[in-house]
Amino acid sequence: MAILEVKNLKKGFGGSPVLKGVSFSLEAGQVLAIIGSSGSGKSTLLQCLNFLEAPEAGEILVNGESLLGGTEEQIRQARLNFGLVFQSFHLFPQYTVLENITLAPRLLKKAGDIEQNALALLEQVGLLEKRDAYPWQLSGGQQQRVAIARALALRPKVLCFDEPTSALDPELTGEVLRVIRSLKDKKTTMIVVTHEMAFAKSVADVVIYMADGVIEEMGSPDAIFGSPRSQKTRAFVQGASEQF
Amino acid sequence: MTFWQITLELLVGFWETVQIFLLTLTFSLPLGLLVCFGSMSRLRPLRLLTRSIVWVIRGTPLMLQLILVFYGPGLLFDLPSMDRFSAVILAFTINYACYFSEIYRGGIESIPIGQFEAGQVLGMTKRQIFFRVVLLQVVKRILAPMSNEVITLVKDTSLARIIAIYEITYVGQSFIKQGLIWPLFYTGAFYLLFCGGLTVLFGRLEQKLSYFRG
Repeated sequence: MAILEVKNLKKGFGGSPVLKGVSFSLEAGQVLAIIGSSGSGKSTLLQCLNFLEAPEAGEILVNGESLLGGTEEQIRQARLNFGLVFQSFHLFPQYTVLENITLAPRLLKKAGDIEQNALALLEQVGLLEKRDAYPWQLSGGQQQRVAIARALALRPKVLCFDEPTSALDPELTGEVLRVIRSLKDKKTTMIVVTHEMAFAKSVADVVIYMADGVIEEMGSPDAIFGSPRSQKTRAFVQGASEQF
Repeated sequence: MTFWQITLELLVGFWETVQIFLLTLTFSLPLGLLVCFGSMSRLRPLRLLTRSIVWVIRGTPLMLQLILVFYGPGLLFDLPSMDRFSAVILAFTINYACYFSEIYRGGIESIPIGQFEAGQVLGMTKRQIFFRVVLLQVVKRILAPMSNEVITLVKDTSLARIIAIYEITYVGQSFIKQGLIWPLFYTGAFYLLFCGGLTVLFGRLEQKLSYFRG
């Protein structure tokens, strides 16, 4: 059974629809890449999955359980199924790297040795020696790797990335992409909204191309990048690859 | 009168000044946060009501409010009037809470939305996000305007004399009857030292929070 099922999700802002009925499903351990031009609704989709925006219609099911609606407290609980790594990191500036990772698990009274777990995650993203540094002392790429560790500390079922390398200098994107790739090797279920076509092609199991608030085409990377069925997809993929 | 006697009398007045200052801060700092939440509330009526109160309080002189708080209850409702000192604390607290609330609001609204969202996606409650993520960043950002306001309060305490509170300016002025002008300068020195101390204190706080940026 799919770990995540999204059914006919709709969302608009101020009367103009941004998501016009989006449906897809994702198997555990799969990596889904979402590509598309800005304004296509891909970031809004992630915001809905993390309950930062309330969809107007549709369903979000994790392991078959419907998550939408409910009280503020139920929404907060539902959120914990998902992790989100932001484009511009949003680390907490007054806390050290280690505290950034342990803050939420401590507040949520997670079981197990929270600090040991955080240190293991820091090692995994290659920043163990930065445990006592403050965010401003880190490069963008390092901050993003800490943000990934922070999201992982709550053991989300699905980890989402909202253009994780778009705010980074080109020479820093590699280290972040390498971490995401290593998570794939550990069978982490992920949704990555990205502009990095080469990365989407090599890491994703499934690629969704979004345009105008709908899924224009969904398929394997080979299908989407190699032989897209839709005219729009072909134009986008070609346009994106011409940049390089 | 000897220098020593005058010093003692000024000290009595200064103690009154310090009490007004400390009690006003003790009550208005937290009350300001409540007013701030009211003026940022999603409930439109509450928001409008709070903002109207802030408009009235900031739009009229503190001296007028002080007179009204002291004489108002007796004249309007035939209530026994409050003792003078309580009236001062009440009027000052309300007035300063309104100013503080606007500083708080500016501080909270200047925090990037991403900080709130990061807290949310990590499953924190609203309360946890405010107290564990946002508050210290707000404190750092509002330190400069707060120090302004607190230093203004030191000098505003002299308004209490309008309802015959014997604070230090009143005491200093009382020596004029004896033809002495220098106690007024002496009085000024008390204010200067007090504000100087506060400036140093705020400088230290700023230093203490300089370990992070944002």
